[in-house]
Amino acid sequence: MIPELGHFALIIGLCLSLTLTVVPLWGAWRGNAAAMSIAPSLAIGVLVFVAISFACLTIAFLQDDFSVEVVANNSNSLLPAMYKFSAVWGNHEGSLLLWVLILAFWMSAVAIFSRELPLLMLSRVLAVMGAISVGFTSFSLFTSNPFARLLPGTPADGQDLNPLLQDPGLIIHPPLLYMGYVGFSVAFAFAIAALLGGRLDASWAKWSRPWTNVAWAFLTLGIMLGSWWAYYELGWGGWWFWDPVENASFLPWLAGTALIHSLAVTEKRGLFKSWTVLLAIFAFSLSLLGTFLVRSGVLTSVHAFATDPERGLFILIFLAIVVGGSLTLYAVKAPSVGSRVSFNWISRESLLLTNNVVFLAATLTVLFGTLFPLIMDALGQGKYSVGPPYFNLVFVPLMAVLMPFMGLGPVSRWKKDDAKRWRAELLLPAIVAVVCGITLPYFTADEYNVWVALALVLAFWLLLGMLRDLAFRTANAASRLQGLKRLTPSYWGMLIAHLGFAATVIGVVATSQYSVEHDLKMSPGDTDVVAGYSFTFNEVVPFRGPNFVADEARFTVHYQGEEIARLAPQKRRYLASGSIMTEAAIDDGLWRDLFVAMGEPVGDDGAWAIRLHYKPMVRWMWLGAIFISLGAFVTVADKRYRRAPSRVSAPTAQEDVHGAKA
Amino acid sequence: MAPRLKLFAPLLIFALLALLLFRGLSLDPREMPSALIDKPLPEFELFSLGEQRMLTREDVTGQISLFNVWATWCVSCRVEHPYLQQLADAGVPIVGVNYKDEDAAALRWLQDLGNPYTVNIADRDGTLGLDLGVYGAPETYVVDADGVIRYRHVGVVDERVWRSILEPIVLELTAAEMN
Repeated sequence: MIPELGHFALIIGLCLSLTLTVVPLWGAWRGNAAAMSIAPSLAIGVLVFVAISFACLTIAFLQDDFSVEVVANNSNSLLPAMYKFSAVWGNHEGSLLLWVLILAFWMSAVAIFSRELPLLMLSRVLAVMGAISVGFTSFSLFTSNPFARLLPGTPADGQDLNPLLQDPGLIIHPPLLYMGYVGFSVAFAFAIAALLGGRLDASWAKWSRPWTNVAWAFLTLGIMLGSWWAYYELGWGGWWFWDPVENASFLPWLAGTALIHSLAVTEKRGLFKSWTVLLAIFAFSLSLLGTFLVRSGVLTSVHAFATDPERGLFILIFLAIVVGGSLTLYAVKAPSVGSRVSFNWISRESLLLTNNVVFLAATLTVLFGTLFPLIMDALGQGKYSVGPPYFNLVFVPLMAVLMPFMGLGPVSRWKKDDAKRWRAELLLPAIVAVVCGITLPYFTADEYNVWVALALVLAFWLLLGMLRDLAFRTANAASRLQGLKRLTPSYWGMLIAHLGFAATVIGVVATSQYSVEHDLKMSPGDTDVVAGYSFTFNEVVPFRGPNFVADEARFTVHYQGEEIARLAPQKRRYLASGSIMTEAAIDDGLWRDLFVAMGEPVGDDGAWAIRLHYKPMVRWMWLGAIFISLGAFVTVADKRYRRAPSRVSAPTAQEDVHGAKA
Repeated sequence: MAPRLKLFAPLLIFALLALLLFRGLSLDPREMPSALIDKPLPEFELFSLGEQRMLTREDVTGQISLFNVWATWCVSCRVEHPYLQQLADAGVPIVGVNYKDEDAAALRWLQDLGNPYTVNIADRDGTLGLDLGVYGAPETYVVDADGVIRYRHVGVVDERVWRSILEPIVLELTAAEMN
């Protein structure tokens, strides 16, 4: 009964979405205020019914209702309750329902928090999001019904959730990722609404900026969690694989990064209007493309969902309508005349343009690498795979090119700046950065590493440039503290995010260059020394989990004669599926992680293949990502996003130079 | 008119991309070029990994065996490696095709993680892989005693795949050979 209720609620959700698409758009076209003003209520209605539907599916999972097909295929009576809950979205059908739920959530958030928007704009924005909701809800209902029953023939027990997904990180990873993916639909809807109204101006950018920043912040967190999960769950210490599914989430992030910077220029200076609209369309299109790639089976991936060409065709048609339609609209409606506002080459505008060029280039190269096997296959050139070497080769230099400009950005002025002023301001930070960056690796490792030095120079350059700017901005205040208080949340957000980026770069480079890995055979009693840490293998004991049995190895780690950690990696065998899983044990720290994973037993005398890793500063990468995301959240606190539209005026000359920035 | 036309460029690019994706739907990346099933293993002459001798088709055929395409850059190969070791320990002959890899890295991997392979073909430039129609590592082929390819599996070989797909094929081939 409950699954049928859920099914029914989803159908009502579809009907409401359909109404939300048609009626307000008609109202906007005919100037009918009544038709337009029902949009917010409809959006909230969609949320209510989709939430009921989602709750019903969750209940089916929690109650072990194995007559429901997705429950039977993805859960088990022995599965711990928290994983029964996350199993709801550990499969194609359920995750699609989660997608629809999060879309409804964003829609309602826009309906509630954007009351000060002109009715015409708000109704159009919600209608566009309603149309997206129609697409995804029908995708769920017509090709991937999560409520399909196995009647008769209900199995006695379920097949269990994929053991790789039985992990706390994976409980919140998909919701965060979808918050980001789907959140770009808001920026997209604002862009389409602006095109429909033919009004591409600074206020459009101002409205969509906070939404875009929040979506991007969620996406950052989601990707970070995915990488962290891969690190400790896949059992061999890797953290990024350039797998098609990872790329599917990374592509919208790259385009989104270009978008949030381009929006800054459009809001502040009224420039790059067409370009920003195009980026908004681009970012959301890449979210849709990611969905298509992951769920259609056109590319093979380690963690693809069960795939199906019929579903692929559905998303492709939907993709063609949404992206094709919006690009046609763009071609017809976007202003074709360049802005009359001009800017000098030495200015903040051109630095942000550099950001856009770099991130667009990164997006396109990653997109090309991801689609390359498909392109060659379609052209009849045989089957290919593109490995990490390609991606590292093109991606790493792009980021290295980006960072010198990143250091200049905050210090620079809008419209026209002076190279002499840059030199005066930044010569000292540049020298200090180079000196610190080059000398520091001498003290941290025995062997001098050029790549670490380069990363440190760039990171110091960012940090010192930022400090220089901070000093400059607070110089005129009565006291430094007062000056700091006067800075806007937008500025603080930018500061935090950019410093987070520097931390991530240091973490990535340090861990790639300085990691030490030992893969060896160890018997109980053996000791191995890795980077000064001595790992002693004490014993192997049997371990019984709720739905698995395991061999647990016990390790003690000594450093300079003192015991610093006890580690207990496991080799698990899940009962329902018979899958073998490696559960690594990690002693984490800000400066280094110690990582132990079990391979296979070797011979009959109790020896095991053991993997010991020393990973310096690997946490910096994820901490940096958390800061990047935090920075994006902080920008939303800026007062100017909550002012009534009537009080918003063009930025004054004073604000132009010192005001809140990207 | 010209500036307006320029704005159609993104639409055009997307149309091309959509065509490509549509074509992609009818292609199955896991699908073996059907021409190769029940055909002999392609001819080749490649170094044996870590040795100075050349291997040819005749050197690696003669018994029912698995041909496993692997590489050190391949994530999933790490995942399946322990299970291959189990199979090898149970007496299943596995021939390795070290695909587009560096010899030194591959040898270090075998030394560190164990070597489940009876012999490894060093397919440095991927020429054998190309002839086999390898999409990406790992892939595993069942090859019979006459050197004829009987089955191709794309992706990780684990207990489930072995028990439900590969083992029945191997058993059937063994039975056919007995008769």
